[in-house]
Amino acid sequence: MAIVVVDYHKGNLSSVARGLVRAGGEALVSDRPEAIAAADAVVLPGVGSFADAMAYIDESGQGDAVLDVIAAGRPFLGICLGLQLLFDRGNEGAGDDGREWVEGLGVLSGSCTRLESARLKVPHVGWDSLDVTPLGRRCPLLDGVPEGTNMYFTHSYAVADDADPSVVAARTYYARSFPSVVWHGSVFGTQFHPEKSSGTGARVLENFVRITQGAA
Amino acid sequence: MLTKRVIPCLDVKEGRVVKGVNFVGLVDAGDPVELAGAYDREGADEVVFLDITATSDNRDTTIAMASEASRRLRIPYTVGGGFRDLAGMVAMVAAGADKVSVNSAAVRDPELLTVAARAFGSQAVVCAIDAKQTGPNAWEVYTAGGRTPTGIDAVRWAEEAARRGAGEILLTSMDRDGTKEGFDIPLTRAVSRAVPIPVIASGGVGTLEHFAEGVLDGEADAVLAASVFHFGTYSIRQVKEYMASQGIPVRLDF
Repeated sequence: MAIVVVDYHKGNLSSVARGLVRAGGEALVSDRPEAIAAADAVVLPGVGSFADAMAYIDESGQGDAVLDVIAAGRPFLGICLGLQLLFDRGNEGAGDDGREWVEGLGVLSGSCTRLESARLKVPHVGWDSLDVTPLGRRCPLLDGVPEGTNMYFTHSYAVADDADPSVVAARTYYARSFPSVVWHGSVFGTQFHPEKSSGTGARVLENFVRITQGAA
Repeated sequence: MLTKRVIPCLDVKEGRVVKGVNFVGLVDAGDPVELAGAYDREGADEVVFLDITATSDNRDTTIAMASEASRRLRIPYTVGGGFRDLAGMVAMVAAGADKVSVNSAAVRDPELLTVAARAFGSQAVVCAIDAKQTGPNAWEVYTAGGRTPTGIDAVRWAEEAARRGAGEILLTSMDRDGTKEGFDIPLTRAVSRAVPIPVIASGGVGTLEHFAEGVLDGEADAVLAASVFHFGTYSIRQVKEYMASQGIPVRLDF
């Protein structure tokens, strides 16, 4: 059951890969669309900006490979930006070439926009709590993760209010209430970094590994 | 609610922890990654590795440590000290550091913060400021590990660093560092109010009250300490429980 961690050349992914291995999974990092398409499960980590990441993913063929994996019902986990890319569109970095929006993978409906606050500091950096929704209480990714659990966040953009509420498994409030865990079928996403969230994050990775094993 | 962070800082020289460490059950108390792992289990929200290797020749050791940390740690970590240019910061981030902290090099060339933020995102760029009081509500930036006065106003510099792309300010009071008299509260508050990015208070912690003061009076987003943790004066949980008792939101579910 190989979990492929998608490398889109924006940062070091060893902590994600090692986190999955510690959780009992078999993980490898790859940038090859063929390896991604053939994976039993895929993790899309979050590094860089929405516009940069989508440009690379589209051009490299990684995006199509990810969509194939999702269409086949194989488990998928998007982390941070990797969650945001699942949605229809985002405006981070879009203005650099005069666009209002950059198209995302379009697996889930909604937009990703900046957290704006006159009072609070942005980026949202540090440990913040999950407000688990009724959907989240049934979500296998959050098995054993109680209401109010703190996870490590570092981001300036988040999924906006136009997100399909039927996929929101947890929300977090900072500047506004935003989806911090999403779930639809075999597709999961976390706005926080489970690989940087100590023991509580390890629980989420263990759950994902278990999901991949159950799907075998 | 976003919690206030408690961050132990480890001084590292040529890949080894410098200050004495009182930790029970460590195989190798001089191994910075092993010590950081122990702090993770105790509830540290992040760790900072401060490289005080005198020469840049041994930079590879620090990069190897960062790479080892990215494999073994389950919490974010920052590597600071000794950066001269973007290339050095790129190497550290490529090795797996979540954040790099830059001090003297940014004072010398403030544009470095901008190019670093463009390369890794602001969240990965920490501007460390060593400040010394020069008058009522006036503090001067020092560089080169506190040896060189710059004539630059610390609050102004913090504002510029934020404008140029730094994602956090690691603020150390040179007057308080090592004194155990508590953070320089007016300094911390002045910087915290001046910048739209998180401020980590550093320098001077001796008691549990000092940690809480850094947040309640200094308005810091995170508090950093070294010796009180290394010498086992307080555990991280003790600090957090005290802060919680003062009404400060902290992470205790670990």
